[in-house]
Amino acid sequence: MSRRSRIKFQLRLPQLILAIALIILGLVFILILRNNPLVIANKNLTSIALLVSGLIFYAGVLVIVSMFESETILSISLLLPSIVAIAIFVYGFIGWSIRVSLSKWKGLNPDFTWFGLRQYYDLFHNDPRFVIDVRNTVMFTVGFILGCLILGLGIAILLDQKIKGEAIFRSIFLVPMSISFIATGVIWGWLMNPAVGNRITGINLIFQSLGLKSLISLWHSTPMPWGMAFTIIPAVWQVAGYTMALYLGGIRAISDDLREAARVDGASEFEIYRYVILPILQPVTLSAVIILAHMSLKIFDLIVALGNKAISLDVPGIYMWVTTFDGTNYAQGAAIGILMLVSVAILVVPYLVQSMRSETQL
Amino acid sequence: MTRRTLFRILFYIILIFLAVIFLLPIYLMFLTGFKSISQVDLKTMWSLPNNGLHIDNFIAGYKQLAPNITNSLTMVIPEAILSALLGSLNGYLLSKWKFRGSNLIFSLILFGMFIPYQSILIPLVKFMQAIQLYGDIPGLVLVHIIYGIPITTLIFRNYYAGIGTEILEAGRIDGASLMGLYRYIMFPLSAPSFAVVLIWQFTQAWNEFLFAVVLTNQSHWPVTVALNNLAGSQLVQWNVLMAATLLAALPTLLVYIFLGRYFLRGLMAGALKG
Repeated sequence: MSRRSRIKFQLRLPQLILAIALIILGLVFILILRNNPLVIANKNLTSIALLVSGLIFYAGVLVIVSMFESETILSISLLLPSIVAIAIFVYGFIGWSIRVSLSKWKGLNPDFTWFGLRQYYDLFHNDPRFVIDVRNTVMFTVGFILGCLILGLGIAILLDQKIKGEAIFRSIFLVPMSISFIATGVIWGWLMNPAVGNRITGINLIFQSLGLKSLISLWHSTPMPWGMAFTIIPAVWQVAGYTMALYLGGIRAISDDLREAARVDGASEFEIYRYVILPILQPVTLSAVIILAHMSLKIFDLIVALGNKAISLDVPGIYMWVTTFDGTNYAQGAAIGILMLVSVAILVVPYLVQSMRSETQL
Repeated sequence: MTRRTLFRILFYIILIFLAVIFLLPIYLMFLTGFKSISQVDLKTMWSLPNNGLHIDNFIAGYKQLAPNITNSLTMVIPEAILSALLGSLNGYLLSKWKFRGSNLIFSLILFGMFIPYQSILIPLVKFMQAIQLYGDIPGLVLVHIIYGIPITTLIFRNYYAGIGTEILEAGRIDGASLMGLYRYIMFPLSAPSFAVVLIWQFTQAWNEFLFAVVLTNQSHWPVTVALNNLAGSQLVQWNVLMAATLLAALPTLLVYIFLGRYFLRGLMAGALKG
């Protein structure tokens, strides 16, 4: 270990003048804005202007920092705005939410009366709606992950067979990923329309004209609990292509030599997949499961667009939204939000830690 | 040999079948959108337009969504550009100027990409109200930029990590500083990554719903919120609704069709595997 050199400071006049100018400019703007709101085209942009003034001030500070001949200090200073933003908007707000979830806050006025873990206790013990939410989320998560994995892997293996027009097929399966969950929900809401008789439409209409009357279904309007199972269909439609792309990336990373070796040893094409390729793809499956599970624990917009807030299709994301902003039950909303966070963190944190570790080993 | 050919034909049949199913909903949007009002009938939803292509539905749909499409555009464009610039700077610093604890800081930033936003929603709304950015587009832009920091930093960091340090060392010898190296060497090399991040942030912000519905009031609703509202009102004809949905989905759909390669790279970055 070499001894750290002392941080040197080199005064340069032009830069010093620039720095002082920026700092003064930023401060003056901030002082002006404190008393005079900035309104452009009927929009109150005072906060944005304050933010910009703050950044001008900070730029002046950065110029001074750059005169210290230490790149580490400069690097940290340049990262600081992002670090502060994430510290407040992610970690600060999580802490704040936790505090709200431990309170009695119900109604528009904040009420931070200590209530301990009662909100959480009540959700699990005295709240039939939350029980429905948990059941729906479990059902959705299992079906969604299985559907995406099976379809994604299946398509990836098919596309690995030196298919003509592979690029076109690949693009087609990924199209749904580019549109919003809301648009998907609206389209599939029509496709899975439950109307019967002379109002029959959507997929049911196809089934009817094909003479497959037994397949005609109420889809996501099926009574609880099975209606939720049908919301998996649009979700898989949207995300299976993504799983396919993950698998295809994994398959393409396997060298041809390995397959050739297996072939020389007399393995059939099926056996090559079963005993060579699938075992190598296990890490891809693990990543895919974690990514898909965290998506399904957060599922929100798709169900909003499909189910129009029907209780039978309720999920924690919707319950949180409704109880907080329609019911002004802030403490309960915060508790649901924190439970969602915990469920996602249990999955993602080990994955993040492991990802970062394997990276630093490289 | 014949068995092999048989299998290959089977593969193609399965793939084409799946492709048809995957495209069916999109096809239906186009099909329904182009039908005339007189052909609005649930019974004929799958049949082709029989009296020419009509754009009435698109006009009607556009009338419904025009202000919201404008809102979305004014939100998404500055958001994507600022996000990309910020992500580029962060990615450069976190890949080329590592300091003790920089990997930990990066991991802590990255976690922000996975959190369910319901867990920060109440403080966020209260905070935005307190700083008077609640209800309007600028506030939504700010929120999207901040919660976009993790993914944009990740994409740029991975990209810059792949650029050798030799080129930076050469720049050092020529006397460039930390920002000089960024300005004259790294930034000009980052075009592909900028494409990925711009497209990713554009698509994400355009398609986003939760922040949009909670942080804006009705006159500033982005297109996703307005579309959901339109669909929920059940007052519009299916034809108009499908045309409106297509209009709402079109920008990201076009980006995907023409720049799919970059979109896919953004998608893959989200799985954290380079």
